[in-house]
Amino acid sequence: MAKKGRIEVFEQFCKSCGLCVAACPVKVLRISEKTNAKGYRPVEQYKEGCIGCGMCAMTCPDAAIEVFKIED
Amino acid sequence: MNEVKVYERPKSWMPNVSSHYCPGCGHGIAHRLVCEAIDELGIQNDTIGIAPVGCAAMIYDYMDTDYCEAPHGRAPAVATGLKTVRPDKIIYTYQGDGDLASIGMAEIVHAANRGQNITVIFINNAIYGMTGGQMAPTTLVGQRASTCPLGRDVKVNGYPIRVSEMLATLPAPGYITRVTVAQPKYIIKAKQAVKQAFQNQIDGKGFSLVEILSSCPTNWGMRPVEAFDWLINTMIPYYPLGTFKDFD
Amino acid sequence: MGRVLMKGTEAIAEAAIQAGCKYFFGYPITPQNEIPEYMSAHLPEVGGVYVQAESEVASINMVLGGGATGYRVMTSSSSPGISLMSEGISYIAGCEIPAVIVNVMRAGPGLGGILPGQADYLQATKGGGNGDYNLIVLAPSTLQECVDLTQLAFDLAQKYRNPVMVAADGFMGQMMEAVEIKPSPTKDQPADPSWALGFMGERGGKRSHLHSLFLTPEPLEEHNRKLQKKFGEMKKAEQRCESYLMDDAELLIAAYGTTARISRSAVNNLRAEGHKVGMIRPITLWPYPYETFKTIPSAVKHILVSEMNAGQMVDDVKVATGCRYPVSFYGRTGGFAPSVGEIENECRRILGL
Repeated sequence: MAKKGRIEVFEQFCKSCGLCVAACPVKVLRISEKTNAKGYRPVEQYKEGCIGCGMCAMTCPDAAIEVFKIED
Repeated sequence: MNEVKVYERPKSWMPNVSSHYCPGCGHGIAHRLVCEAIDELGIQNDTIGIAPVGCAAMIYDYMDTDYCEAPHGRAPAVATGLKTVRPDKIIYTYQGDGDLASIGMAEIVHAANRGQNITVIFINNAIYGMTGGQMAPTTLVGQRASTCPLGRDVKVNGYPIRVSEMLATLPAPGYITRVTVAQPKYIIKAKQAVKQAFQNQIDGKGFSLVEILSSCPTNWGMRPVEAFDWLINTMIPYYPLGTFKDFD
Repeated sequence: MGRVLMKGTEAIAEAAIQAGCKYFFGYPITPQNEIPEYMSAHLPEVGGVYVQAESEVASINMVLGGGATGYRVMTSSSSPGISLMSEGISYIAGCEIPAVIVNVMRAGPGLGGILPGQADYLQATKGGGNGDYNLIVLAPSTLQECVDLTQLAFDLAQKYRNPVMVAADGFMGQMMEAVEIKPSPTKDQPADPSWALGFMGERGGKRSHLHSLFLTPEPLEEHNRKLQKKFGEMKKAEQRCESYLMDDAELLIAAYGTTARISRSAVNNLRAEGHKVGMIRPITLWPYPYETFKTIPSAVKHILVSEMNAGQMVDDVKVATGCRYPVSFYGRTGGFAPSVGEIENECRRILGL
């Protein structure tokens, strides 16, 4: 059974540093086109395939990501 | 189908506060690891942090524990005072390379030498961040900084100091280890080290110091991901990861 | 306890222990080494801890941390070591932490000499550290005063959450006199959990944060206003001064500490010859006892300031008297104290005798 997960991004804290994008082993993250109140472009999960590994949250210096594992 | 939250913002991380750190700065990751350790060990109400002078001078804005300011470099002495009067509390310092390895060198050596039962989180990013990128005692040979624009020259500036190895030579028992937050596989080990450093204090074992190799993207003149790559390729060879001293 | 013959430094140490101070952080420096030595021997007897710091810089920072817990802590040093503590004292005042610092003053400047001096007057009262802060400075003139003022220092430090200095010159530290050291009524004063660190649980999870750093100007100005209000309260309530044979004096000697003892003898000798000489003796060097200076009779024709320095208190006397009287100075430096004879001769010269 494939692992499944999803992330929630606290967009107001994201600083577009890109560490999570690089850390994601399944490459489902990218810097979005949106801007937050500080002018940063928050990260977004732009395609299916999140495995809920938590590497993005682990590397986020702003604790801007929460991670969920989806269990059947 | 149900969801399990596998990572959430630490409880002791101040809610609704956005940090002033540059995008991709390793401080945020280190702060988070300290908060996670405090949460997992259940010591939030008993922890007293000591703020440094440096980029992390406002660390108390981001962590919800009792906090005391220290003059530049003096945090280990402030920690000694706090721990002497309140040995039942968990006292930790969080210091950069200027704070700990330059102006504060006497204080850290003697706190370690006394085997003071405190926890020290030492952020080594080989540069002075807050003041605009000057050379640090840990700046690498040939590395450029605003006060060594042609690169660190050993004839004038001496060699970078390996603090962990130096402190490990002291006879007092202690836990002295070097980790990095450059990538998740290293962050996992860094987290274990930070948690161990607090657990040692809870167990009354003595002095614990975790040297965390971190980045300063702004003053290194690199993007965040590139900065951590540089750290892995250039800093780790000079500052090897590992544990230099441990309690039996 | 009764009266016992003790050396000043040891009396100060015992007075502190009887005031409930259980924690001493210090570094040896002449002429106050008996204080750390006494503390290292006797603090463990009362469940306290003596920590020998690696420097005076570390000492004052240990006091900062220890005082942040709300419990009574202290350090002691002498002039060059106090210079090293200037940074810490400014931080302690800015963070509003109670602390007691004993300065057994010696001759300066720089390394100077190990013999007594009073040349830290300006450093102590006009701020050795940076920023707008004040240190309460107590200047004992007898060993019993050393004892009483040391105990008072702890009360004032906790009352105002401010550093307090006991500025005992080297003679005070090294001489022996009979003293009575009683337990202070406030000996067991507990820490105040409303601000002290280490009581987060008791405050229901509300944390305390002690800092002097305010990066934006509005909160920093507000903080300074708050501190200035506190210093204003100290100025109103904590001035202490002795006036001796001042009421009909024509010549007044202004002196403190050991110089005041010597001046008292000179006053007595001159009075025995029929000359109208008196003395005004500040006990708090800060807040300066302006109120007592206001009571100086208008018949006074001259004020002679005498100190073991180059004239550091002269300006304060002029300000305190509104420059209404001629003020002159006679003092010694280098570790000398003016002798009774020297002060008498200077008084005779002023009186035109």
